[in-house]
Amino acid sequence: MTKLLNLNENDIPKLPRHAKLRYDEARKKWIINAPERVFELDEIAAEVMQLVDGKSSIIGIVEILIKKFEGAPKDVVKKDVLSMLQPLAEKGFIVI
Amino acid sequence: MSDIKIKNCEQSKSFSTPEKKSKLLIPYAVLCELTHRCPLACPYCSNPVELELKSNEIDTDTWKKALSEAIKIGILQAHFSGGEPTARKDLEELIQHASSNGLYTNLITSGVLVTEERLKKLYDAGLDHVQISIQDTDPENSEKIAGFKGHQKKINTCALVRKTGIPLTINSVMHRQNLHNLKSMIELAIELDAERLEVAQVQYYGWALKNQTAFLPTREQLDEATKIVEEARVKYKGILAIDYVVPDYYAKKPKSCMGGWGRQFLNITPAGKVLPCHAAESLDFLNFDNIKDKPLSWIWEHSESFNRFRGTDWMPEPCRSCDRKEIDWGGCRCQAFALTGNADATDPTCEFSPYRNVLEEPLSKAGSKTPDFIYRKFAKQVSIK
Repeated sequence: MTKLLNLNENDIPKLPRHAKLRYDEARKKWIINAPERVFELDEIAAEVMQLVDGKSSIIGIVEILIKKFEGAPKDVVKKDVLSMLQPLAEKGFIVI
Repeated sequence: MSDIKIKNCEQSKSFSTPEKKSKLLIPYAVLCELTHRCPLACPYCSNPVELELKSNEIDTDTWKKALSEAIKIGILQAHFSGGEPTARKDLEELIQHASSNGLYTNLITSGVLVTEERLKKLYDAGLDHVQISIQDTDPENSEKIAGFKGHQKKINTCALVRKTGIPLTINSVMHRQNLHNLKSMIELAIELDAERLEVAQVQYYGWALKNQTAFLPTREQLDEATKIVEEARVKYKGILAIDYVVPDYYAKKPKSCMGGWGRQFLNITPAGKVLPCHAAESLDFLNFDNIKDKPLSWIWEHSESFNRFRGTDWMPEPCRSCDRKEIDWGGCRCQAFALTGNADATDPTCEFSPYRNVLEEPLSKAGSKTPDFIYRKFAKQVSIK
Protein backbone atom coordinates (compact mmCIF):
# COMPACT_ATOMS: atom_id res chain seq x y z
CA MET A 1 0.00 0.00 0.00
CA THR A 2 1.18 3.46 -0.89
CA LYS A 3 1.89 5.95 1.90
CA LEU A 4 0.92 9.60 2.10
CA LEU A 5 3.87 11.62 0.92
CA ASN A 6 5.01 14.83 2.62
CA LEU A 7 7.75 16.23 0.43
CA ASN A 8 10.87 17.83 1.86
CA GLU A 9 13.81 19.50 0.14
CA ASN A 10 16.01 16.41 0.12
CA ASP A 11 13.46 14.19 -1.61
CA ILE A 12 14.08 13.17 -5.20
CA PRO A 13 10.73 13.52 -6.93
CA LYS A 14 9.64 11.67 -10.06
CA LEU A 15 6.49 10.99 -11.98
CA PRO A 16 4.87 7.57 -11.49
CA ARG A 17 4.36 5.45 -14.60
CA HIS A 18 0.74 6.53 -14.98
CA ALA A 19 1.56 10.25 -15.09
CA LYS A 20 3.32 11.43 -18.23
CA LEU A 21 4.81 14.83 -18.90
CA ARG A 22 5.01 16.06 -22.46
CA TYR A 23 4.89 19.18 -24.59
CA ASP A 24 1.63 19.51 -26.46
CA GLU A 25 2.10 21.12 -29.85
CA ALA A 26 -1.61 21.75 -30.35
CA ARG A 27 -1.97 23.82 -27.15
CA LYS A 28 1.61 25.11 -27.05
CA LYS A 29 1.82 24.03 -23.42
CA TRP A 30 3.46 21.43 -21.24
CA ILE A 31 0.93 18.96 -19.88
CA ILE A 32 0.78 15.97 -17.56
CA ASN A 33 -1.43 13.12 -18.68
CA ALA A 34 -2.96 11.11 -15.85
CA PRO A 35 -5.97 8.76 -15.55
CA GLU A 36 -8.98 10.76 -16.80
CA ARG A 37 -7.14 13.98 -16.01
CA VAL A 38 -4.94 16.42 -17.82
CA PHE A 39 -2.87 18.99 -15.96
CA GLU A 40 -2.07 21.96 -18.12
CA LEU A 41 1.06 23.56 -16.73
CA ASP A 42 1.72 27.26 -16.62
CA GLU A 43 5.25 28.48 -17.45
CA ILE A 44 6.65 28.15 -13.93
CA ALA A 45 5.13 24.72 -13.31
CA ALA A 46 6.49 23.62 -16.69
CA GLU A 47 10.02 24.82 -15.74
CA VAL A 48 9.83 22.85 -12.49
CA MET A 49 8.36 19.69 -13.99
CA GLN A 50 10.99 19.49 -16.71
CA LEU A 51 13.58 19.23 -13.94
CA VAL A 52 11.69 16.41 -12.21
CA ASP A 53 13.73 13.52 -13.59
CA GLY A 54 14.08 11.06 -10.73
CA LYS A 55 17.73 12.18 -10.29
CA SER A 56 17.61 15.74 -8.93
CA SER A 57 16.48 16.46 -5.39
CA ILE A 58 14.03 19.26 -4.72
CA ILE A 59 16.81 21.46 -3.40
CA GLY A 60 18.83 20.57 -6.52
CA ILE A 61 15.91 21.69 -8.68
CA VAL A 62 15.75 24.94 -6.70
CA GLU A 63 19.48 25.55 -7.30
CA ILE A 64 19.04 25.08 -11.05
CA LEU A 65 16.07 27.44 -11.08
CA ILE A 66 17.82 30.26 -9.21
CA LYS A 67 20.76 30.01 -11.59
CA LYS A 68 18.37 30.23 -14.52
CA PHE A 69 16.26 33.05 -13.09
CA GLU A 70 18.91 35.29 -11.58
CA GLY A 71 17.86 37.34 -8.61
CA ALA A 72 15.12 35.01 -7.39
CA PRO A 73 15.50 34.53 -3.61
CA LYS A 74 16.22 30.90 -2.75
CA ASP A 75 13.69 30.69 0.08
CA VAL A 76 10.88 31.98 -2.13
CA VAL A 77 11.76 29.60 -4.98
CA LYS A 78 11.99 26.64 -2.58
CA LYS A 79 8.60 27.49 -1.12
CA ASP A 80 7.09 27.82 -4.61
CA VAL A 81 8.53 24.52 -5.82
CA LEU A 82 7.35 22.64 -2.74
CA SER A 83 3.88 24.17 -2.86
CA MET A 84 3.62 23.24 -6.52
CA LEU A 85 4.76 19.63 -6.09
CA GLN A 86 2.99 18.80 -2.81
CA PRO A 87 -0.58 18.85 -4.22
CA LEU A 88 0.57 16.60 -7.07
CA ALA A 89 2.14 14.25 -4.52
CA GLU A 90 -1.11 14.13 -2.58
CA LYS A 91 -2.93 13.09 -5.73
CA GLY A 92 -0.27 10.45 -6.41
CA PHE A 93 1.19 12.20 -9.48
CA ILE A 94 4.56 12.82 -7.83
CA VAL A 95 6.38 9.97 -6.08
CA ILE A 96 9.87 9.65 -4.59
CA MET B 1 -17.58 -1.65 -20.95
CA SER B 2 -20.79 -1.98 -19.19
CA ASP B 3 -20.65 0.80 -16.63
CA ILE B 4 -22.38 4.07 -17.08
CA LYS B 5 -20.27 7.05 -16.29
CA ILE B 6 -18.99 10.20 -17.83
CA LYS B 7 -15.64 9.50 -19.41
CA ASN B 8 -14.86 13.14 -19.23
CA CYS B 9 -11.29 14.28 -19.35
CA GLU B 10 -11.40 16.74 -16.54
CA GLN B 11 -9.06 19.65 -16.85
CA SER B 12 -7.29 20.41 -13.66
CA LYS B 13 -7.53 24.12 -12.97
CA SER B 14 -4.70 24.13 -10.47
CA PHE B 15 -1.99 25.12 -12.91
CA SER B 16 -3.99 26.22 -15.91
CA THR B 17 -4.70 29.62 -17.30
CA PRO B 18 -8.33 30.53 -17.97
CA GLU B 19 -9.39 29.38 -21.40
CA LYS B 20 -11.05 31.55 -23.98
CA LYS B 21 -14.63 30.41 -24.11
CA SER B 22 -15.66 31.68 -27.51
CA LYS B 23 -13.28 29.91 -29.85
CA LEU B 24 -13.37 26.28 -30.86
CA LEU B 25 -11.57 24.23 -28.25
CA ILE B 26 -9.13 21.40 -28.75
CA PRO B 27 -10.62 18.15 -27.46
CA TYR B 28 -8.81 16.30 -24.67
CA ALA B 29 -10.01 12.74 -25.01
CA VAL B 30 -11.53 10.21 -27.33
CA LEU B 31 -13.52 7.24 -26.10
CA CYS B 32 -13.06 4.35 -28.51
CA GLU B 33 -15.93 1.91 -28.13
CA LEU B 34 -14.28 -0.95 -29.96
CA THR B 35 -17.21 -3.34 -29.80
CA HIS B 36 -20.59 -3.78 -28.18
CA ARG B 37 -19.91 -7.47 -27.61
CA CYS B 38 -19.64 -8.24 -23.88
CA PRO B 39 -20.15 -11.34 -21.74
CA LEU B 40 -21.76 -9.19 -19.05
CA ALA B 41 -25.34 -7.95 -19.19
CA CYS B 42 -25.35 -5.06 -16.70
CA PRO B 43 -28.79 -3.43 -16.62
CA TYR B 44 -27.21 0.05 -16.41
CA CYS B 45 -24.91 -0.37 -19.40
CA SER B 46 -23.95 2.92 -21.04
CA ASN B 47 -24.18 1.41 -24.51
CA PRO B 48 -27.21 2.35 -26.59
CA VAL B 49 -30.30 0.18 -26.40
CA GLU B 50 -29.76 -0.77 -30.04
CA LEU B 51 -26.40 -2.55 -29.93
CA GLU B 52 -24.06 -2.74 -32.91
CA LEU B 53 -23.36 -6.23 -34.34
CA LYS B 54 -19.84 -7.54 -34.93
CA SER B 55 -20.45 -7.43 -38.68
CA ASN B 56 -20.83 -3.63 -38.45
CA GLU B 57 -17.61 -3.07 -36.48
CA ILE B 58 -14.93 -0.96 -38.17
CA ASP B 59 -11.64 -2.74 -38.91
CA THR B 60 -8.15 -2.30 -37.46
CA ASP B 61 -6.95 0.09 -40.17
CA THR B 62 -9.97 2.36 -39.75
CA TRP B 63 -9.35 2.53 -35.99
CA LYS B 64 -5.67 3.31 -36.60
CA LYS B 65 -6.63 6.08 -39.00
CA ALA B 66 -9.06 7.48 -36.41
CA LEU B 67 -6.36 7.42 -33.71
CA SER B 68 -3.82 9.13 -35.97
CA GLU B 69 -6.33 11.86 -36.74
CA ALA B 70 -7.15 12.23 -33.05
CA ILE B 71 -3.47 12.91 -32.33
CA LYS B 72 -3.34 15.43 -35.17
CA ILE B 73 -6.22 17.51 -33.76
CA GLY B 74 -4.60 17.66 -30.32
CA ILE B 75 -6.35 14.86 -28.44
CA LEU B 76 -4.22 13.74 -25.49
CA GLN B 77 -5.93 10.60 -24.22
CA ALA B 78 -7.56 7.54 -25.76
CA HIS B 79 -9.91 5.41 -23.67
CA PHE B 80 -10.49 1.92 -25.06
CA SER B 81 -13.86 0.67 -24.02
CA GLY B 82 -16.82 -1.28 -25.31
CA GLY B 83 -18.80 -3.54 -24.74
CA GLU B 84 -15.78 -5.52 -23.68
CA PRO B 85 -12.75 -4.13 -25.55
CA THR B 86 -10.62 -7.23 -24.92
CA ALA B 87 -13.06 -9.13 -27.15
CA ARG B 88 -11.25 -7.39 -30.03
CA LYS B 89 -8.16 -9.37 -31.06
CA ASP B 90 -6.47 -6.23 -32.42
CA LEU B 91 -6.52 -4.41 -29.06
CA GLU B 92 -2.73 -4.70 -28.58
CA GLU B 93 -2.13 -3.34 -32.07
CA LEU B 94 -4.41 -0.36 -31.46
CA ILE B 95 -2.84 0.41 -28.06
CA GLN B 96 0.62 0.17 -29.61
CA HIS B 97 -0.42 2.53 -32.40
CA ALA B 98 -1.94 5.07 -30.00
CA SER B 99 0.83 4.89 -27.41
CA SER B 100 3.76 5.08 -29.83
CA ASN B 101 2.21 8.23 -31.30
CA GLY B 102 2.00 9.93 -27.90
CA LEU B 103 -1.58 9.26 -26.80
CA TYR B 104 -2.17 8.37 -23.15
CA THR B 105 -3.92 5.01 -23.24
CA ASN B 106 -6.54 3.71 -20.85
CA LEU B 107 -8.29 0.34 -20.99
CA ILE B 108 -11.80 0.20 -19.54
CA THR B 109 -12.68 -3.45 -19.05
CA SER B 110 -14.81 -5.88 -17.07
CA GLY B 111 -11.65 -7.95 -16.62
CA VAL B 112 -13.34 -11.31 -17.22
CA LEU B 113 -11.67 -12.20 -20.54
CA VAL B 114 -8.02 -11.21 -19.96
CA THR B 115 -5.13 -13.50 -19.06
CA GLU B 116 -1.80 -12.59 -17.47
CA GLU B 117 -0.12 -13.19 -20.82
CA ARG B 118 -2.44 -10.74 -22.57
CA LEU B 119 -1.91 -8.11 -19.87
CA LYS B 120 1.84 -8.40 -20.39
CA LYS B 121 1.37 -7.89 -24.12
CA LEU B 122 -0.79 -4.83 -23.45
CA TYR B 123 1.82 -3.48 -21.05
CA ASP B 124 4.54 -3.97 -23.64
CA ALA B 125 2.33 -2.22 -26.18
CA GLY B 126 2.48 0.84 -23.91
CA LEU B 127 -0.81 0.66 -22.02
CA ASP B 128 -0.76 3.41 -19.38
CA HIS B 129 -3.73 2.56 -17.17
CA VAL B 130 -6.50 0.01 -16.57
CA GLN B 131 -10.00 0.48 -15.17
CA ILE B 132 -11.92 -2.56 -14.00
CA SER B 133 -15.58 -2.55 -13.10
CA ILE B 134 -16.73 -4.27 -9.92
CA GLN B 135 -20.48 -4.54 -9.50
CA ASP B 136 -20.54 -5.20 -5.75
CA THR B 137 -18.29 -6.61 -3.01
CA ASP B 138 -20.83 -9.34 -2.29
CA PRO B 139 -20.01 -11.96 -4.96
CA GLU B 140 -23.56 -13.21 -5.29
CA ASN B 141 -25.05 -9.75 -5.73
CA SER B 142 -22.14 -8.72 -7.98
CA GLU B 143 -22.93 -11.60 -10.34
CA LYS B 144 -26.64 -10.94 -10.21
CA ILE B 145 -26.10 -7.31 -11.26
CA ALA B 146 -23.63 -8.27 -14.02
CA GLY B 147 -25.81 -11.13 -15.22
CA PHE B 148 -22.59 -13.16 -15.39
CA LYS B 149 -20.58 -15.41 -13.07
CA GLY B 150 -17.23 -13.63 -13.06
CA HIS B 151 -16.75 -11.86 -9.74
CA GLN B 152 -13.69 -13.80 -8.61
CA LYS B 153 -12.14 -13.54 -12.06
CA LYS B 154 -12.46 -9.74 -11.83
CA ILE B 155 -10.69 -9.70 -8.47
CA ASN B 156 -7.94 -11.92 -9.89
CA THR B 157 -7.53 -9.65 -12.90
CA CYS B 158 -7.14 -6.61 -10.63
CA ALA B 159 -4.28 -8.37 -8.86
CA LEU B 160 -2.69 -9.33 -12.19
CA VAL B 161 -2.90 -5.73 -13.42
CA ARG B 162 -0.93 -4.58 -10.37
CA LYS B 163 1.48 -7.51 -10.67
CA THR B 164 2.14 -6.50 -14.28
CA GLY B 165 2.91 -3.00 -13.06
CA ILE B 166 -0.04 -1.14 -14.58
CA PRO B 167 -1.87 1.44 -12.44
CA LEU B 168 -5.44 0.50 -11.60
CA THR B 169 -8.75 2.26 -11.14
CA ILE B 170 -11.75 0.38 -9.75
CA ASN B 171 -15.05 1.49 -11.25
CA SER B 172 -17.94 0.84 -8.96
CA VAL B 173 -21.34 1.80 -10.24
CA MET B 174 -23.45 2.32 -7.14
CA HIS B 175 -27.23 2.28 -6.69
CA ARG B 176 -29.90 1.25 -4.24
CA GLN B 177 -29.00 -2.45 -4.54
CA ASN B 178 -25.32 -2.12 -3.55
CA LEU B 179 -24.89 1.20 -1.71
CA HIS B 180 -24.97 -0.65 1.61
CA ASN B 181 -21.60 -2.13 0.61
CA LEU B 182 -19.90 1.15 -0.27
CA LYS B 183 -17.57 0.99 2.74
CA SER B 184 -16.39 -2.48 1.81
CA MET B 185 -15.94 -1.36 -1.81
CA ILE B 186 -13.53 1.32 -0.62
CA GLU B 187 -11.70 -1.27 1.53
CA LEU B 188 -11.53 -3.61 -1.46
CA ALA B 189 -9.96 -0.88 -3.63
CA ILE B 190 -7.30 -0.38 -0.94
CA GLU B 191 -6.73 -4.13 -0.67
CA LEU B 192 -6.35 -4.43 -4.46
CA ASP B 193 -3.77 -1.58 -4.43
CA ALA B 194 -5.82 0.60 -6.77
CA GLU B 195 -4.72 4.21 -7.18
CA ARG B 196 -8.22 5.41 -7.88
CA LEU B 197 -11.79 4.44 -7.14
CA GLU B 198 -14.70 5.77 -9.10
CA VAL B 199 -17.90 5.75 -7.09
CA ALA B 200 -20.33 6.52 -9.87
CA GLN B 201 -24.01 6.55 -9.09
CA VAL B 202 -26.08 5.25 -11.99
CA GLN B 203 -27.01 7.95 -14.50
CA TYR B 204 -30.32 7.36 -16.18
CA TYR B 205 -30.10 6.90 -19.94
CA GLY B 206 -30.77 3.96 -22.22
CA TRP B 207 -30.63 0.68 -20.31
CA ALA B 208 -30.43 2.38 -16.92
CA LEU B 209 -33.55 4.41 -17.63
CA LYS B 210 -35.41 1.17 -18.36
CA ASN B 211 -34.28 -0.05 -14.92
CA GLN B 212 -34.61 3.21 -13.05
CA THR B 213 -36.76 2.05 -10.14
CA ALA B 214 -34.40 -0.88 -9.59
CA PHE B 215 -31.47 1.54 -9.19
CA LEU B 216 -32.55 4.96 -7.92
CA PRO B 217 -31.53 5.27 -4.25
CA THR B 218 -33.46 7.14 -1.60
CA ARG B 219 -32.27 10.52 -0.39
CA GLU B 220 -31.17 8.89 2.89
CA GLN B 221 -29.09 6.27 1.07
CA LEU B 222 -27.47 8.97 -1.01
CA ASP B 223 -26.63 11.18 1.99
CA GLU B 224 -25.12 8.20 3.81
CA ALA B 225 -23.00 7.38 0.73
CA THR B 226 -21.78 10.97 0.43
CA LYS B 227 -20.75 10.91 4.09
CA ILE B 228 -18.86 7.64 3.63
CA VAL B 229 -17.00 9.01 0.59
CA GLU B 230 -16.08 12.24 2.38
CA GLU B 231 -14.71 10.35 5.39
CA ALA B 232 -12.76 7.91 3.19
CA ARG B 233 -11.25 10.77 1.19
CA VAL B 234 -9.77 12.19 4.39
CA LYS B 235 -8.70 8.80 5.71
CA TYR B 236 -7.02 7.71 2.46
CA LYS B 237 -5.67 11.03 1.25
CA GLY B 238 -2.62 10.37 -0.91
CA ILE B 239 -3.33 6.64 -0.92
CA LEU B 240 -6.59 6.28 -2.81
CA ALA B 241 -8.18 9.00 -4.90
CA ILE B 242 -11.97 8.72 -4.92
CA ASP B 243 -14.00 10.26 -7.73
CA TYR B 244 -17.63 10.58 -6.79
CA VAL B 245 -20.55 11.04 -9.17
CA VAL B 246 -23.92 11.67 -7.53
CA PRO B 247 -27.28 10.89 -9.11
CA ASP B 248 -28.34 14.27 -10.41
CA TYR B 249 -32.04 13.71 -9.74
CA TYR B 250 -31.34 14.89 -6.20
CA ALA B 251 -29.24 17.87 -7.27
CA LYS B 252 -30.28 21.49 -7.55
CA LYS B 253 -27.84 22.26 -10.31
CA PRO B 254 -27.37 20.06 -13.36
CA LYS B 255 -24.05 18.35 -14.06
CA SER B 256 -21.74 19.94 -16.61
CA CYS B 257 -22.28 16.96 -18.89
CA MET B 258 -19.12 16.08 -20.85
CA GLY B 259 -17.77 19.47 -19.75
CA GLY B 260 -20.06 20.93 -22.40
CA TRP B 261 -21.23 19.54 -25.73
CA GLY B 262 -18.40 19.43 -28.29
CA ARG B 263 -15.91 21.12 -26.00
CA GLN B 264 -13.56 18.46 -24.61
CA PHE B 265 -14.53 15.04 -25.73
CA LEU B 266 -15.60 12.78 -28.54
CA ASN B 267 -16.74 9.21 -28.79
CA ILE B 268 -16.34 6.74 -31.65
CA THR B 269 -18.83 3.87 -31.79
CA PRO B 270 -17.99 0.31 -32.88
CA ALA B 271 -19.45 1.17 -36.31
CA GLY B 272 -17.31 4.32 -36.62
CA LYS B 273 -19.90 6.95 -35.85
CA VAL B 274 -18.43 9.99 -34.10
CA LEU B 275 -20.54 11.28 -31.21
CA PRO B 276 -20.24 14.20 -28.76
CA CYS B 277 -20.97 11.73 -25.93
CA HIS B 278 -21.62 8.02 -25.59
CA ALA B 279 -25.38 8.48 -25.13
CA ALA B 280 -25.84 10.95 -27.99
CA GLU B 281 -27.43 8.41 -30.33
CA SER B 282 -30.51 8.63 -28.13
CA LEU B 283 -31.04 12.04 -29.79
CA ASP B 284 -32.57 10.26 -32.76
CA PHE B 285 -33.12 13.43 -34.81
CA LEU B 286 -29.36 14.08 -35.15
CA ASN B 287 -27.18 12.78 -37.97
CA PHE B 288 -23.81 11.48 -36.87
CA ASP B 289 -20.90 11.46 -39.30
CA ASN B 290 -18.75 8.36 -39.69
CA ILE B 291 -14.96 8.18 -39.45
CA LYS B 292 -15.07 6.02 -42.61
CA ASP B 293 -16.43 8.97 -44.61
CA LYS B 294 -15.02 12.15 -43.08
CA PRO B 295 -11.81 13.25 -41.31
CA LEU B 296 -12.09 13.61 -37.54
CA SER B 297 -11.03 17.27 -37.69
CA TRP B 298 -13.90 18.06 -40.08
CA ILE B 299 -16.40 16.24 -37.85
CA TRP B 300 -15.18 18.07 -34.74
CA GLU B 301 -15.34 21.49 -36.40
CA HIS B 302 -18.13 21.32 -38.92
CA SER B 303 -20.54 18.44 -38.29
CA GLU B 304 -24.17 19.20 -37.59
CA SER B 305 -24.16 16.97 -34.51
CA PHE B 306 -21.20 18.66 -32.79
CA ASN B 307 -22.43 22.17 -33.56
CA ARG B 308 -26.05 21.60 -32.61
CA PHE B 309 -25.53 22.18 -28.86
CA ARG B 310 -22.04 23.65 -28.84
CA GLY B 311 -21.55 26.85 -26.83
CA THR B 312 -24.55 28.80 -25.57
CA ASP B 313 -26.34 30.11 -28.69
CA TRP B 314 -28.80 27.19 -28.77
CA MET B 315 -29.98 27.79 -25.21
CA PRO B 316 -33.53 28.72 -24.33
CA GLU B 317 -34.49 30.58 -21.16
CA PRO B 318 -33.87 30.17 -18.26
CA CYS B 319 -30.39 28.97 -19.40
CA ARG B 320 -29.75 31.87 -21.77
CA SER B 321 -29.68 34.52 -19.06
CA CYS B 322 -28.28 32.26 -16.32
CA ASP B 323 -24.91 33.18 -14.83
CA ARG B 324 -24.02 29.46 -14.71
CA LYS B 325 -24.51 28.88 -18.44
CA GLU B 326 -20.77 28.58 -19.04
CA ILE B 327 -20.35 26.43 -15.93
CA ASP B 328 -22.87 23.65 -16.53
CA TRP B 329 -23.55 24.35 -20.23
CA GLY B 330 -27.27 23.69 -19.80
CA GLY B 331 -26.73 20.25 -18.25
CA CYS B 332 -27.32 17.10 -20.24
CA ARG B 333 -29.03 17.16 -23.65
CA CYS B 334 -29.77 13.43 -23.65
CA GLN B 335 -31.42 13.69 -20.24
CA ALA B 336 -33.48 16.72 -21.30
CA PHE B 337 -34.67 14.85 -24.40
CA ALA B 338 -35.39 11.58 -22.57
CA LEU B 339 -37.40 13.28 -19.83
CA THR B 340 -39.15 16.11 -21.69
CA GLY B 341 -39.12 15.12 -25.37
CA ASN B 342 -37.40 18.43 -26.09
CA ALA B 343 -33.61 18.28 -26.51
CA ASP B 344 -33.32 22.09 -26.23
CA ALA B 345 -35.01 22.16 -22.83
CA THR B 346 -33.15 23.09 -19.65
CA ASP B 347 -32.01 19.87 -17.98
CA PRO B 348 -34.88 18.94 -15.59
CA THR B 349 -32.33 18.34 -12.83
CA CYS B 350 -31.84 22.14 -12.68
CA GLU B 351 -33.94 23.80 -9.99
CA PHE B 352 -34.89 26.52 -12.51
CA SER B 353 -36.15 24.06 -15.14
CA PRO B 354 -39.84 24.47 -15.98
CA TYR B 355 -39.87 20.64 -16.32
CA ARG B 356 -38.54 19.95 -12.80
CA ASN B 357 -41.77 18.11 -11.92
CA VAL B 358 -40.92 15.21 -14.30
CA LEU B 359 -38.53 13.98 -11.60
CA GLU B 360 -41.30 13.63 -9.04
CA GLU B 361 -42.66 10.33 -10.30
CA PRO B 362 -39.31 8.46 -10.46
CA LEU B 363 -38.24 9.93 -7.11
CA SER B 364 -41.50 8.87 -5.48
CA LYS B 365 -40.69 5.25 -6.40
CA ALA B 366 -37.15 5.38 -4.97
CA GLY B 367 -38.04 3.54 -1.77
CA SER B 368 -40.67 1.22 -3.24
CA LYS B 369 -40.51 -2.49 -4.09
CA THR B 370 -37.47 -3.38 -6.21
CA PRO B 371 -38.45 -4.62 -9.66
CA ASP B 372 -36.54 -7.31 -11.58
CA PHE B 373 -33.75 -6.18 -13.91
CA ILE B 374 -34.15 -5.77 -17.64
CA TYR B 375 -30.68 -6.99 -18.66
CA ARG B 376 -28.68 -5.49 -21.49
CA LYS B 377 -28.87 -7.76 -24.51
CA PHE B 378 -28.65 -7.80 -28.28
CA ALA B 379 -31.92 -7.98 -30.14
CA LYS B 380 -30.67 -11.39 -31.33
CA GLN B 381 -28.35 -13.82 -29.50
CA VAL B 382 -24.75 -13.29 -30.62
CA SER B 383 -21.38 -14.81 -29.84
CA ILE B 384 -18.88 -12.64 -27.97
CA LYS B 385 -15.82 -14.21 -29.56
